[in-house]
Amino acid sequence: MSEEKKTLFVNNREIEIAGERNLLELIRKAGIDIPTFCYHSELSIYGACRLCLVDVKGRGIMASCSTRPEPGMVIFTDTKAIRNMRKINVELLLASHKRECPSCQRSANCSLQDIARKLGVHEVRYKQTVKDLPIDDSSPSLVRDPNKCVLCGDCVRVCAEVQSVGALDFACRGSNARVVPAFDSKLAEVECVNCGQCAQVCPTGAIVAKSNIDQVWDAIYDPDKIVVAQVAPAVRVALGEKLGGFGMGENVARKMVTAMKILGFDEIYDTCFAADMTIFEEATEFLDRVGNNGVLPMFTSCCPGWVKFAETYYPELLPNISTTRSPQAIFGSVARKTLPTRLGVKPENLVVVSVMPCTAKKFEAQLPKFSQDGRPDVDYVLTTNELAQMIQSMGIQMNELEPSAFDMPLGFSTGGGVIFGATGGVMEAALRFAVEKISGDPISPIDFKMTRGLAPRKEATLEVAGKKLRIAVVHGLGNARKLIEEMKAGKVVYDFVEVMACPGGCVAGGGQPISHDKDFRQKRAAGLYDTDKGRQVQKPQDNYWVDKCYAESFGGRPGSHEAHTRLHTHYQNRSQLFDAKSPILRSKKEDALPICVTICTKQSHCPGQELLGRVVAFVKEKNWADSVNVDAAFSSRPEADGTISVTVGDVVIPRNDSVEVTFSEVKRAIENAFSR
Amino acid sequence: MQETIETTQAMIDHLAAVNKILEKNHYSEGRLIPILQEVQAVYKYLSKDMISYVATSIGVPPSRVYGVATFYAHFSMQPKGKYIIKLCDGTACHVKKSHSILHALYEKLKLSDEKRTTDDLLFTIETVSCLGACGLAPVMLVNDSVHGQMTPDKTDEIIDQILAEEKAAAANL
Repeated sequence: MSEEKKTLFVNNREIEIAGERNLLELIRKAGIDIPTFCYHSELSIYGACRLCLVDVKGRGIMASCSTRPEPGMVIFTDTKAIRNMRKINVELLLASHKRECPSCQRSANCSLQDIARKLGVHEVRYKQTVKDLPIDDSSPSLVRDPNKCVLCGDCVRVCAEVQSVGALDFACRGSNARVVPAFDSKLAEVECVNCGQCAQVCPTGAIVAKSNIDQVWDAIYDPDKIVVAQVAPAVRVALGEKLGGFGMGENVARKMVTAMKILGFDEIYDTCFAADMTIFEEATEFLDRVGNNGVLPMFTSCCPGWVKFAETYYPELLPNISTTRSPQAIFGSVARKTLPTRLGVKPENLVVVSVMPCTAKKFEAQLPKFSQDGRPDVDYVLTTNELAQMIQSMGIQMNELEPSAFDMPLGFSTGGGVIFGATGGVMEAALRFAVEKISGDPISPIDFKMTRGLAPRKEATLEVAGKKLRIAVVHGLGNARKLIEEMKAGKVVYDFVEVMACPGGCVAGGGQPISHDKDFRQKRAAGLYDTDKGRQVQKPQDNYWVDKCYAESFGGRPGSHEAHTRLHTHYQNRSQLFDAKSPILRSKKEDALPICVTICTKQSHCPGQELLGRVVAFVKEKNWADSVNVDAAFSSRPEADGTISVTVGDVVIPRNDSVEVTFSEVKRAIENAFSR
Repeated sequence: MQETIETTQAMIDHLAAVNKILEKNHYSEGRLIPILQEVQAVYKYLSKDMISYVATSIGVPPSRVYGVATFYAHFSMQPKGKYIIKLCDGTACHVKKSHSILHALYEKLKLSDEKRTTDDLLFTIETVSCLGACGLAPVMLVNDSVHGQMTPDKTDEIIDQILAEEKAAAANL
């Protein structure tokens, strides 16, 4: 092998080949930003948009994204033919694109707009052929407008490859081709976990976060309402990017509080307070599981994207997920319980707004289990982008404002609460709490750096007072799936696992500003870790105000009865979503109790069949037949007989070998549901 | 209870054929198209339930299977009739007035461009681009039998004959 450097020529300049996967990466390294829609360095190569064309001498014009660099290649990135082709391709895309640019959420932040401007496309010579396809706004988190889709497939690939969900795919072909959920269903009806990574990679406005700005303005303008806000940790290190005048990853919390006061929020609190409280509950729960032979590993529950993923694909793991509510939901609970008295406001006049880096938090906030007396704990969820838009709409120059502090007491937090926004942060904060509790001595140093960084999986074994704690941190649901599969195959064993749906954690959530900086995740996370370092109090257990909150309102300690009812939750089995189903009993009532029994089609005599028969006989005998919807779900999944089972409302009853035992549990669940 | 077991048993028997197909193809993601072809050969079309069932069985998102099923014209998500009539509208047949055959079929079976299958699920009309039998133009297939040099009258006769056979078969049951 010769030691000679391998090179090729780009526009007559000699460039070294250094392991680039394709010509596009190499040419960008050479300082030429070739336009493209469908190329995304974190996804597989698709080669659909035909914008990254280059002329390779002796071979002709080809897509640079799907051509491997070879030594000696002579490449031109811009010839007359290429220029014409690119222009034509963009014009054709524009001709079939709903061009309502000024009123589009992605206006001024749209790759199609950007490329058309850069290429100087001032007129579209083709007839406008937009099909008037219906907009899907069924999801509380995301809105799809297929009329703006350029069929680049970025959302399809991020959902399948990074998140291992695959809620969207191409359907039909030719001029009818479109990106849709299975069976052209609505997004709210399928397995979508609401993470919003599709909206992050979409080059146009075809998938965007659902906006709740109008409702929030209405509440602010309503003189009877007191509007309080909680702001999640990851928001403060990304908001500045959208507003200008701030560095990448700079913590803008203090100026943001001033800006939000100007917007008209009455009180501005910190979700990090609730994050500290989450640690009180979650770490206490973990220690309890470890001490009392509870179900392990315990998985974190902060991320609603991950929770819905587990509910859909791994219902057998629901007992492993911490029952502690997410910081957003805990804040909602604390706010409803303590603020009416503290602020002297009638409960119905208190409006709780969340500002989150996340689209799935919108889904979480509307779940009936996080409401009381018909009033949701959190009324509206805004994304970081929506808050930025509100600030811009009022013309506030945020970088010129005087800083102010969060309102007390729900504005006080430790460094542990702040790092929740980065992958590994929840684990680190929980370890600061748990390790100290197990060892009984104050810990020092308090950093658990093995939880940090962007490695797909971070794992460690800690020795604490003779006990071994095996921990793992994953981010991106594809990585979570890999970990779970290895765990189920017995290849890995853990005690405590943190999962965040978005790669990088909340700093790169679906509601964050879209960044083209390849290190944006690191930079935003660095902003959070810096803040943590600067805090005088870094361990959640040292949050005096959380202690006080427990003493005044939540039974005095984590894990108390009061804490259990208001700070913990339960999960729903969604695994039967796509099973073939037969309706057995149908009720005319809207609030009928859904009962679904899985029958394994691989067994010749699945006990599920007898079970279903007995369930039907039971509801008939009790005269409840007109108040239930009973379905049989048919599954051939290998684990079907072992794990899924019967769902009564959102209660999961795991199947026991004995039909008798399972049936008695099902009976109890049905009776409980009717006694409520 | 007996009634419930019978209902579910019907579905289980229904799915047993699919299980056989899945097993034969080793539940392999790479065999998705052959699996769908065989499932469609049994049920004449791919229902939502079938697509979901195949998808969850082989561990592929239902959206992907739906994508494949809607990409190929061969797959149908609408129920099809017992007799599938494929009328050729290739160049030779078109010149020989295949459209008059199509209209005769539409009229006889009360079908249209939008409604291609009869309510009793007996007939489905499809137009195809070439059957490779241009010498017999205009030509049509009824399931596997070829009928050449078609005229509107002949079309009527063929349909009447099938209807008579079906009636006789029903009477013998």
